[in-house]
Amino acid sequence: MVEWTEQERSIITSIFSNLDYEDVGPKALSRCLIVYPWTQRYFASFGNLYNADAIKTNPNIQAHGTRVLHGLDRAVKNMDNIKSTYAELSVLHSEKLHVDPDNFKLLADCLTIVIAAKMGSGFTPEMQATFQKFLAVVVSALGRQYH
Amino acid sequence: MTSLSAKDKNTVKAFWAKISPNAAAIGADALSRMLVVYPQTKTYFAHWKDLSPGSAPVKKHGATVMGGVADAVAKIDNLTAGLLNLSELHAFTLRVDPANFKILAHNILVVLAITFPNDFTPEVHVAMDKFLAAVALALSEKYR
Repeated sequence: MVEWTEQERSIITSIFSNLDYEDVGPKALSRCLIVYPWTQRYFASFGNLYNADAIKTNPNIQAHGTRVLHGLDRAVKNMDNIKSTYAELSVLHSEKLHVDPDNFKLLADCLTIVIAAKMGSGFTPEMQATFQKFLAVVVSALGRQYH
Repeated sequence: MTSLSAKDKNTVKAFWAKISPNAAAIGADALSRMLVVYPQTKTYFAHWKDLSPGSAPVKKHGATVMGGVADAVAKIDNLTAGLLNLSELHAFTLRVDPANFKILAHNILVVLAITFPNDFTPEVHVAMDKFLAAVALALSEKYR
């Protein structure tokens, strides 16, 4: 069972309440597809991903990035139950989407960098530690149902 | 392991020219973050009096590390040869587990995003990530 201090809870809720999901989601996903191009393997049906500009303006990627952020929101609202909150999503990513769970960490790192760019020096080392702890729990939960 | 393309090298050199005046501060911030976010890395610095963000030893060492990165940029066409002495230092004297190079690289990228939010585009990000991975590989050369 993951332990969260009061400070960690308030850091996570504060970061997410100041986010424009429709901006940060697409930015994080497109950055992941550009920085780690092999992740494009999961988006073959999304249309033109031939170069960085195409990725950044692809409407399917934008929609999906937003969806991913809204998915993270569920963990924010259920911080004491992230494993069970994501059980179904974990099965989906394993059985239906066949996503290598190592990729979750790559997207998490890109999200961290997008948030850092947005928050600037307000993204203190303590906030970074809490945010990365949160994402590590999410990543672990998403990989939990793989077999 | 990928090698750096001409485009990667040009991107790294151009971005480095922009950021090098801030190199020492970037190094200090990256190191501070690493010690806070990945507490296991503190084991390498048990001999320092103060490991808190922005402390004197952290600032000094951050500048040292970024001096090494600057050197790597200058020697980007042959990192293995160029970083031979540093590799021997890390292999035989410091004996830093190479997994930690990746950790420090991540924190450098976070600080670059914070300090240069508009310039640290995905294209620059991928070039810098590849470059820091190549530096880590060159530093690991002499380990075994």
